[in-house]
Amino acid sequence: MTLFLEQALNGLQLGVLLFLLSAGLTLVFGIMGIVNLAHGSLYMLGAYFAVTFTGWTGSFLLGALAALLATVIVGIVLERVAIRGLYDRPHLEQVLGTFGLILFFNEGARLVFGPAGLSLAPPAWLSGQVTLLPGVVYPSYRLAVLVAGIAAAGGMYWLVARTRAGMLLRAAAANRNMAEALGVNSRLLFLAVFALGAGLSGLAGILAAPLLTVRVGMGEEVLLLAFVVVVIGGIGSIRGALVAALLIGVLDTLGRAYLPGALRFAFAGPVADAVGPALSSMLIYFAMAVVLVVRPRGLFPTSARTDVAA
Amino acid sequence: MNVRALAGLAVLAVILAALVFNLTRERGEGVRIGFVTTLTGGSAAIGADMRDAFELALDHIGREMGGRPVTVVYEDDGQNPDTGLQKTERLVQRDGVHFVTGYIWSNVLLASYRAGIDGGAFVISANAGPSELAGVQCTPNFFSTSWQNDQTPMAMAEVMNRRNLTNVYVLAPNYAAGRNMAAGFKRTFKGTIAAEEYTQWPDQLDFAAELAKIRAANPSAVWFFFPGNYGTQFFKQYAQAGLLGQIPLYSTFSIDALNLGQIGELVAGSQLTQHWGADLPVAANKRFVDGFRAKYGRTPSFYAAQSYDSAMLIKSAVDATRGNLEDRDALRAALERANFESVRGTFRFGRNHYPVQDFHLFEVVRASDGAYSLKLGERIFAAHADPYVGDCPIAQQAAR
Repeated sequence: MTLFLEQALNGLQLGVLLFLLSAGLTLVFGIMGIVNLAHGSLYMLGAYFAVTFTGWTGSFLLGALAALLATVIVGIVLERVAIRGLYDRPHLEQVLGTFGLILFFNEGARLVFGPAGLSLAPPAWLSGQVTLLPGVVYPSYRLAVLVAGIAAAGGMYWLVARTRAGMLLRAAAANRNMAEALGVNSRLLFLAVFALGAGLSGLAGILAAPLLTVRVGMGEEVLLLAFVVVVIGGIGSIRGALVAALLIGVLDTLGRAYLPGALRFAFAGPVADAVGPALSSMLIYFAMAVVLVVRPRGLFPTSARTDVAA
Repeated sequence: MNVRALAGLAVLAVILAALVFNLTRERGEGVRIGFVTTLTGGSAAIGADMRDAFELALDHIGREMGGRPVTVVYEDDGQNPDTGLQKTERLVQRDGVHFVTGYIWSNVLLASYRAGIDGGAFVISANAGPSELAGVQCTPNFFSTSWQNDQTPMAMAEVMNRRNLTNVYVLAPNYAAGRNMAAGFKRTFKGTIAAEEYTQWPDQLDFAAELAKIRAANPSAVWFFFPGNYGTQFFKQYAQAGLLGQIPLYSTFSIDALNLGQIGELVAGSQLTQHWGADLPVAANKRFVDGFRAKYGRTPSFYAAQSYDSAMLIKSAVDATRGNLEDRDALRAALERANFESVRGTFRFGRNHYPVQDFHLFEVVRASDGAYSLKLGERIFAAHADPYVGDCPIAQQAAR
C-alpha cells in the first residue's frame, strides 16, 4: 500500500510536468491555430537557462526565476520573428516551419552549451527526503515539483476562469473570428498567449532540469507525450489538458510499476520481461485510442468552432 | 511559358549534374570507410567522442592505408535502428565504402549489419556487441573491436561473487544490449536475484517508479546497466531518492569519461569492470590518450578507445594486402590476424570475430585538482572469450 502511494505520487508528479508543457501547447494550437513543434525547444531552453543562471547566481530560486524570464523573452522574440509569419499558412507549412525551428534550437544549444549533457543539482534544502506517512519516504525535490506544478495549474485556472484576460482567451479559443469581430486585439492576444505558453513550457523544463540530464533533444522526447495529452484533453481546453496530463502521468507510471509484475502471473519470466516494458509503453496510446473512439474531439472539446468553420 | 520550361530544364540539369557528381565523388583509388554513430540527440556526446578518436587515429597513421589515401564518411543514426539501416545502405550503395564501422547501439547494429555486408563491405563494430552475431548467426565479414555484451557484466558479477553478495536487484533497459547485459550478469552471479526490471528504451528518462520498487524490495545491492546519459540520470535520481549509501550500487557501462564530470561526486569510490582504461600501461595507449588530450583537451572514453582500435585494425588489414581491396579473402584473413597495436595491449579475435581479452577492475578516484577519473585495479578475467563463441560455425581462415 505504501508502495502504491509512492507510485501514485510519482504519477502525479509526472502529470503536473506534462500539464505545464501541454497547457501552452493546447492554448497555442486552440487559439492561434498553430501546430508548434518547437514547443519542446522552449522546454529545453528553460532547462539550459536554469543550469546557466543557477551557475551564475549560485541560487536555484534566482536562477529559476531568471530562466523563466529568459524563456518568456525568447518566446516573445520567436513569435515576432518566426511564428507571426505562419498564422495564415496551412498546417503543413506550419509543421515544416516549426520543425525547422527545432533544428535551429537544437544546433544552437549544441554550439552554445556543447554536445555533452549538463546537470543541475537541486538546492540543498530540497535534496533530502520527506517522510509523508510512516513508510512513505519521498524525495523532497519531487514533492516540490508537485507543489509548484499544482500552484501553476491553480494560477492558470484563476487566470483563465476569473480574469478579463482569461475571458478574452476563452472567447478566442471558442471562436476566434467572433472575438475579433467584437474588438479583441488578436495580434496582442496571440503574442500574450505565445509568451504564456513559452513561460509554462520553460517552467516545466526548469523543474525537470534537476531530475533529468539537460541535453539537446530533450524537448522532442516529451513533446510526443504532450501532444497525446492535448489530443486526449481536447484541443484548446486547459481543463482537458489538466485532466489528461494527470491521467497520462498516473497511467504511465502505474503501468511501468505494475504491468511487468502482473504479466509474470500469465507468462514465463523472460516473456513477461520482454512484453511488460513494451506493453506499458503502449498503454498511453491505447488510452488515446479509446478516448478518440468514445469522444472523438477529446474529453473536454472547447466549442463547435470547427463545425461552423467547416 | 517557354521561359518557365527552360528554367525547369536548367534546374533538372543541375540536379542531374549534382547526382552524377555525387555518384562519382571520392570514388578514386582511396580506401573508403563509412562511420555510423549517434551525432544528434541525447547520446551525441558518445558519437562525437568516437568520431574524434577515429580522426586522431587517421592523424597518427598519416591518413594512409596500404599506400592509399583514406576518406571517411560520418553518418548519424540518431540512435534509431531504421535510420542506421538507411545510412548503412547509403554508405555501401552511394559512397561504395569498403568498411563500415562505428555503431554504438546493439539494436542499430542488428538492423544495419546485413545491409553493410550484402553491399560488399566489412562491418566492424566499435561498440555494440549483440549476442546474435556471436553465436549461431556469426558472420565472416563482421568484426568487433569492443566486446560481446555479456562479458563486462560477467566480470562485474565475478567481483560481486568474491564479495559474497546476494539478493541483488537487476535493472537494465529493454533492448538487445540491455537483455544481453542482464543475461551475462545472471550467468556468472552466484547469489540470489531479488528482482529483475527492464525499462522502456530509448525514451524512459525518469526512473521514479523503478526507484520506489527498489526501496520497497530493499535488496542488499543493485546492479544495473544504463549507458551514457541514462546512467547519469539514474545515479542522480538514485541519490535524490535517498538510496545512495543505503543500498550499494554496482553498474556496467554506466560510468565513463563523458559523464564522470557530472556524477563524479555521487560515484566516488565505486568500482566497475572494463576491458580498457586511460591509465592502462601500454605504449599504444599512452600515445592514444596523450594525443587525444592534446588534440581535444579531454580524457577519452572507452567508446573512443574502441573507435581508435577500429581504425588501426582496418589499417593493419589494408597494409597487409598492400592496398589491394579487391581480394576480400586476403583482407578477411588479415583482419582475423589483428596484427596491430591495440590500446588495450594484446588483442586477438575469437572464431566469431569478437575479441578475446582481459577485463580489469576500475575505481572512481578524485585527483588533487578535484577531477574524477577511473583508476586501474586488479585483473578479473584473463583472455576471456564470450559465452556464445562455441556455437559459431566459422572456421578461421588464418591459423594464428
